[in-house]
Amino acid sequence: MSAVPRLEHPGINLGPAHPDTRGKSGELLFGFWVFLMSDAIVFGLLFATYAVMLHARAGGPGPKQLYDIKSAFIETLALLSSSFTFGMASLALKYSKRTGALVGWLVATMCLGGLFLRLEVQDFLSMLHNGAGPGRSGYLSAFFALVPLHGIHVFSGIVWMLALIVQIRRFGIDRDVKLGLLRLGLFWHFLDIIWVVIFSFIYLGGLA
Amino acid sequence: MSILHIVFGRLSVETLPFWEMLHYPTRQNVVNGAIATTAAFMVLAGAAVTALLITRYRKWRVLWSEWLTSVDHKPIGIMYIVIAFVMLARALLEANIMRGQMAFSLGGGFLSADHFEQFFTTHGTIMIFFMAMPFLTGLINYVMPMQIGARDVAFPVMNSISLGLTAAGAALVMISLDIGKFSTGGWSGYPPYTEAAFNPGVGVDYWIWAVSLSSLGSMMTGINFAVTVYKKRSPGMRFMRLPLFTWTALCTSILMIFAMPPLTVATGLLALDRYLGFHFFTDHFGGNFMNYVNLFWLFGHPEVYILILPAFGVYSEVFSTFSGKTLYGYTSLVIATMAIACLSFTVWLHHFFTMGQNANINAVFGIATMLIGIPTGVKVYDWLWTMFRGRVRFTVPLVYALAFSMLFVIGGMTGIVLANPSVDFQVHNSQFLIAHFHNMLVPGTLFGLLAGYHMWFPKAFGFRLHERWGMFSALCFIVGFVLAFFPLYAAGLLGYPRRTLDYFDPVYQPYMIVALIGALVILAGLAGLLIQLLVSIRRREELAVPAGDPWDGRSLEWWTAAPPPEYNFSVLPVVTGRDPFTTAKEAGTAYRAPSRFEDIEMPKNSAMGMIVCVFGFLAAFGLVWYMWWLVVASTLAIVAAMVGRGFVRDTERIIPAHEVERCHLRWLATVSVTQPVTRGTEVKPANAGLAALESAE
Repeated sequence: MSAVPRLEHPGINLGPAHPDTRGKSGELLFGFWVFLMSDAIVFGLLFATYAVMLHARAGGPGPKQLYDIKSAFIETLALLSSSFTFGMASLALKYSKRTGALVGWLVATMCLGGLFLRLEVQDFLSMLHNGAGPGRSGYLSAFFALVPLHGIHVFSGIVWMLALIVQIRRFGIDRDVKLGLLRLGLFWHFLDIIWVVIFSFIYLGGLA
Repeated sequence: MSILHIVFGRLSVETLPFWEMLHYPTRQNVVNGAIATTAAFMVLAGAAVTALLITRYRKWRVLWSEWLTSVDHKPIGIMYIVIAFVMLARALLEANIMRGQMAFSLGGGFLSADHFEQFFTTHGTIMIFFMAMPFLTGLINYVMPMQIGARDVAFPVMNSISLGLTAAGAALVMISLDIGKFSTGGWSGYPPYTEAAFNPGVGVDYWIWAVSLSSLGSMMTGINFAVTVYKKRSPGMRFMRLPLFTWTALCTSILMIFAMPPLTVATGLLALDRYLGFHFFTDHFGGNFMNYVNLFWLFGHPEVYILILPAFGVYSEVFSTFSGKTLYGYTSLVIATMAIACLSFTVWLHHFFTMGQNANINAVFGIATMLIGIPTGVKVYDWLWTMFRGRVRFTVPLVYALAFSMLFVIGGMTGIVLANPSVDFQVHNSQFLIAHFHNMLVPGTLFGLLAGYHMWFPKAFGFRLHERWGMFSALCFIVGFVLAFFPLYAAGLLGYPRRTLDYFDPVYQPYMIVALIGALVILAGLAGLLIQLLVSIRRREELAVPAGDPWDGRSLEWWTAAPPPEYNFSVLPVVTGRDPFTTAKEAGTAYRAPSRFEDIEMPKNSAMGMIVCVFGFLAAFGLVWYMWWLVVASTLAIVAAMVGRGFVRDTERIIPAHEVERCHLRWLATVSVTQPVTRGTEVKPANAGLAALESAE
């Protein structure tokens, strides 16, 4: 057992090769997990609201008329791949000394996140164009509170990533950048999980 | 659209509180306008006098560098409590005006319906979100890190941001007195009444954004405190050695983490309805206001325990300290606290037994509600046994605690009555309910917080509060409470509904007159607190307790100077059991100099809290008045500040070991020249903060 270093927090630990984060990462990462729990409650309540309002359509269109499974599927692929590329970025952070690999994977993640947002906004616009905006029915209100909120989270994740890349250029991969990337990683994978639920519960469930 | 409209949104001179009175001078308009204008003037005068005093004594720089930008948990805790007291004064004055109305509203009264509704809405909103919440957050902030032997909370800058958000929310409620009106929808803001269709004005928007700012701040506070307790305990401070106040702080934080999001969701969805035409809670297009009611009470019921648990923690410390005994039934108290925290998520539906679910569901929630009485009863017995054969001293905190233990049981009994759905159908929305929840929250939460204020004030400022004025104030609060709320039980059973402007049955009037007298007595209690503070400041030399342990304290926070150094403890204490300070005092090792001192790393000041406070306030103000440019600009400013903060690398400073040593030796020198006092003389001037050893027989 002694060969395995004690984990300071759940998730990827940077381990003994990164002594500068020791002692700091435990509190920060645990705190961020707790924040994610709180955020998960927000999403959970919006899912519940959606489930309750699914049939409150006021004579308006329902999932079968509105959802484009092809687009949602491509969005899913984009976001799942972005979680993979972020995973590669985390490994680069842990094992590689080169800044280039890390930044490269982060840029790839941002591009995939951007692609996801681009497609999602297109979906929303076409719904609005077809007169299926949030003001049409309780069901659409619930849809437009839940799914775009996830999108806003993805957008803030991208802003955060951009800020960290600029920090890497400015300071190199120092302690604060490492701690930021660890937390951003949790955030990004969390959003992926939320999206998996959105895709299965809202899109697949709605079209089934 | 004119340029004026773009800049000021829907803000105009007609929103000033005296506009209606001057243009339509009916008798009622003049009375209500005069009250509103006086209140508006008081807000401005209060701000102006504060600013003048700060200028007069040249304290702006000190205010900025040692308070507003400080990330030390101690000044932050004190600032929270200052907010709480200011807001308490306003909400108590409002309560008195409402009581005045109710005493003389047989067939009329002097308030207009709209004005009366604003009164009970602001009174409730303030007492919950801007009095009780800041007060308990302030107490936990000040005391909890020291009780676990930490130098600060886990996230000091976030702590300052939480304070900024709470302050911004409180400022929004205050500014609504001067510009526009506040909500008339009650503290719970039920739609569809609060929807734009029925309430197109700014009132509900003020309520939404004030509450949203404060709930965001409380969610962050919860995260901060929970991580602090989990991660920052000093060596040897195991969970079952935590002081009970820290246990209740932990449970309250967990409740905040899970219960604030439902409120944020509820107010957020209501805002979407009002601003963007969504249909969550409207009457048409599939909206369903019951969703709001469920969301709100998913927050609202745990909130009740967020408010009461820290007070339970204070009482535990008070009973133990002022009986000179270790807490009786520590383990059962911990289990009871956790049990209450868990059960608090299972009873939200009892807030709306009458709103349409079937009898079986009501029965389940009724039984769950009654279950909470069990752990609470366990606590009361533990506290009584703590006093048994102790060295009990009737100081101000203990008087509050004794009053609590009797009044709270009465309030709990009426809660059991209300938990029965079939009884609830008879008395819901009546004054009986008002009496019940004030019976829980005044002797429970408010007395507890005031007891904590009296107990820990000497630790924070280095001098005790004047005992006689404190006793006067405590007796006013206790007697006033009984007079103000016990008659409401009777009035409620006689059928007097809550939130009602006037009545036509003279049978209610005697009860309402007694209640008014009670409210005035409570107001005298508040005045007593203010006088006590002024008297204590003036006599601070004679009340000084520099050695830091005025009450023969038992937990770590007393084991340092009063006021404590920024880093709390020169060397982190090593804990070997419960009541570690008492153990050290009995072993005679409490005041020994440690063999070596080390450099201490502390966080640097940060303006983040103030930036979020100012721009959070401006963004909310812009949202209320449709000044969209202000909303966009303020939001961008906050985002820019957050991104910019990520680029700050120089966030810590070192306090050198020799400086720590100098401070520590100075404290020990003070202790060595201080005369120890016995418990019999602890409220006399002789008490300079060093306790004589005496056993509890």
